[in-house]
Amino acid sequence: MTTEHFVLHVNGVDMQVRDSWLGESLLDVLRDRLDLLGAKGACEQGECGSCSVLVDGALVCSCLVMAASAVGQPIVTIEGVSPRGTASDVQQAFVDAGAVQCGFCTPGLIVAVHDLLDRVPVPSEIEIREQLAGNVCRCTGYGRIIDAVQQVAVRREGGA
Amino acid sequence: MSTIDVDIDIPIGTGTRHGTIGTSPTRPDGIAKVQGAYAFSSDLSADGCLWGATFRSPHPHARIVSIDLSAAWKISGVQAIITAEDVPGQMTYGLISQDQPVFAADVVRYVGEPIAAVAADHPETCRRALDAIVVEYEVLAPLLDPEAAIDGGHPPIHPDGNLIRHQRIVRGDTSVIGDVVVEGTYEIGMQDQAFLGLEAALAIPDPGGKGVELHVATQWLHEDRHQIAACLGLPDDAVRLSLGGVGGAFGGREDISLQVHTCLLALRLGRPVRIAYSRAESFLGHVHRHPATIWMRHHATTTGEIVKIEARMVFDGGAYASTSSAVLINGITHTQGPYRCANAVVDGYAVRTNHLPCGAMRGFGVVQACFAHESQMDKLADACGIDPVEIRLLNAMRTGDELITGQPVLNVAPVEQCIRSTAALPMPPERDAETDLMTMPGGAGRTADSGDIVRGVGWGVAMKNLMYSEGFDDYSTARCRLADGVATLKFATAEVGQGFITIAGQIARSILGVDEVVLDNIDTQVGSAGSTSASRQTWMSGGAVDAACRSVRELLFAHVAAAHGLDPLRLAIDETDVVDVVSGWRISVADATAGIELDETVEYRHPATEDLDENGQGNCHTAFAFVAHRAVVDVDPELGLVKVVQIATAQDVGRALNPLSVTGQIEGGIAQGLGLAVMEEIIQIDGVIRNGNFTDYLLPTFLDMPDVVSTLIEIPDPHAPLGAKGVGEPPCISSTPAIVAAIRDALRQVDGVGKPLDRVPVRPSDICL
Repeated sequence: MTTEHFVLHVNGVDMQVRDSWLGESLLDVLRDRLDLLGAKGACEQGECGSCSVLVDGALVCSCLVMAASAVGQPIVTIEGVSPRGTASDVQQAFVDAGAVQCGFCTPGLIVAVHDLLDRVPVPSEIEIREQLAGNVCRCTGYGRIIDAVQQVAVRREGGA
Repeated sequence: MSTIDVDIDIPIGTGTRHGTIGTSPTRPDGIAKVQGAYAFSSDLSADGCLWGATFRSPHPHARIVSIDLSAAWKISGVQAIITAEDVPGQMTYGLISQDQPVFAADVVRYVGEPIAAVAADHPETCRRALDAIVVEYEVLAPLLDPEAAIDGGHPPIHPDGNLIRHQRIVRGDTSVIGDVVVEGTYEIGMQDQAFLGLEAALAIPDPGGKGVELHVATQWLHEDRHQIAACLGLPDDAVRLSLGGVGGAFGGREDISLQVHTCLLALRLGRPVRIAYSRAESFLGHVHRHPATIWMRHHATTTGEIVKIEARMVFDGGAYASTSSAVLINGITHTQGPYRCANAVVDGYAVRTNHLPCGAMRGFGVVQACFAHESQMDKLADACGIDPVEIRLLNAMRTGDELITGQPVLNVAPVEQCIRSTAALPMPPERDAETDLMTMPGGAGRTADSGDIVRGVGWGVAMKNLMYSEGFDDYSTARCRLADGVATLKFATAEVGQGFITIAGQIARSILGVDEVVLDNIDTQVGSAGSTSASRQTWMSGGAVDAACRSVRELLFAHVAAAHGLDPLRLAIDETDVVDVVSGWRISVADATAGIELDETVEYRHPATEDLDENGQGNCHTAFAFVAHRAVVDVDPELGLVKVVQIATAQDVGRALNPLSVTGQIEGGIAQGLGLAVMEEIIQIDGVIRNGNFTDYLLPTFLDMPDVVSTLIEIPDPHAPLGAKGVGEPPCISSTPAIVAAIRDALRQVDGVGKPLDRVPVRPSDICL
């Protein structure tokens, strides 16, 4: 197989990717070559959102993005959402609101919720449902996740 | 809620200290999970680890003529290729009967059946090796009709025969004929657990190959170990299992999937091996919810009182037995639902076919029975001219009533309260000009013409057995150590997301008066906890943790009494102190345990259950929980589209040890019930799965799930440790028939007739054609 050497800019750091084969997904490169295991693979076809990351500010399913195509663009993964060892307001709200059960969908959802609240600071319930519809959760039925998102929106609004 | 006086010494509402029973502390693994730092089984690796992959049958039924591995061996990086010839121990496994081969050797019986496994340096190398394996098949006629498995119309597809189990229930006066008789035949499609965390395992062999350590996402470590060890030809204690982070389970991890293959490859190579399934492989690699066909005939008085039920149930178990025989018993013993019935004749069959193997999924046979009996209750209400709620109240089971198996229901049975409390919950607002099109049937497609949308309301009520049945000794073990004011708990209870690790700490804090609880690794270095299934861990492992903590508390009281010249019988825990209840003398638990260690291990057992006799009579179940659901739906009759607007529910939980966790179980279970009602089905055509991926197998998203309004019926059950019933399964049982009843109600408003909708999931074509 033809292999490539390139650099990805992940969570503010340049990371060397060696011997990647062309066509390797960003998800696989993050997980298997860069040891960033936070993004999860659950469907491999962009249906479930478990692998959500930001590439150049856009929310994407990393399983559908070729790693080599993300060269030169800032990438933010769950590991870059908050400083190491800390929890963002969204992360803490997920824990407090009971939005986490098995937790497999959670990293992708956290990235997606940060993205949503950055764009729409006070989303309506239907906006939350629509904007997060690309992230599947099999455990919670979504009720506590919506609660967590609303709690963060209210708190940010109050603090603004 | 009302309470009854039972011998449970931690009354509801008294748990005010944070982190104790009745409060909702956060999950101990919550922060790691939101940070993406929690290690799921698919995240595990080891130095020098190789990748494994599985070669599977493309045919539902075929004879293996030859297997040629030579081309695969030539691929650089391939380290091992194993087939049935390489299984050193028992060639088959299974939860109840060991009828499923580790690798098919002579015959394949379903599409996806493993034939070989490879290990290589990279997943891509594995894929190329799988492509290079050449198997010659003699294709055989598949058995796809469950009736042909019953009537002998198809030759046996397995040495054990095509009938996995037949059981009758005959109760009371079977000659009774009701004034009103309604009947129907109902079908339930094959549902997938669709846990997000795909099957994955890491096996690390001991030096010299005398044993192996397996990190795996499973529901039952000790049963896995027992089945794996038998196939490896090793004693149980040479196989050590540790729970890899579990990304959901819902029944789909109760059976062996990749466990034996991973261990075999690791032992063969003397190197760590990991296997991780893809989604497509996962659809083939675990058991599913049984498709079923259920005929029921209800006899009632003109006023709607049920006098007899007749039923015939056929569960398609697929190629191997798994838990089909137990699923069947759950189905037929829940024929009546949560209603009194004195007379019954039920015939139940679990059969083998060349479909995908079926086994446990949340609700375990009761989901299928409930769709039928609740559809029947609505037919009966209609035939008697009674409101659907009234007919359910009229027949509602109470504590002390006997089931059609003759078993008395000794648990709290608040069926009437579940129904009335559900009915009292607010209805959703009516649609108006302000209603967002996104929330109407068709959603983002914006196809709805609001003038054509019809709203319907439907009901479903369910009974669900808790724990295992028919004499099975499904005990649970827990160890508690108390030292320097810190409690350490050890158990093998599989945490699959449900939150047992949260309530285990709550129990210890309540019983021992400690704030800090350390949870030891979940592995086989302690006795079995039984399976995380059958809504049993809160009761069973909760009971074990409770009992272990109480045993340690007795040691603590004896120690404090001896040290301070007190009567141990006068000591109690008050907040975080040991107190003499007579004198008021007190010492903190931390001070009382400074420098000592108190250590107890306890096995908790529920009362023994019995087998059913040839007439299906016997006290086969352990305990029961109840629930009611009311669904409100909007239907677009022309396009056949449905939007579930609201689910209201009141659930009998005994007592909510962690109310937030219980709410999570209720909402999550309802999502799966909604999925079965209108979205989810594995489609097999000629024995071949056609939608084994998340593009074609539809899961409820944020937009599909409605508001859920719920209330907990908290009447502590005197038979349950801490009064708490399991809560996981009931939400997904009667939510399905409630939604379908609501769709029927809407369609009847359109033309005065409606549609039978006797099959789930309800498809658009069932509504609009």
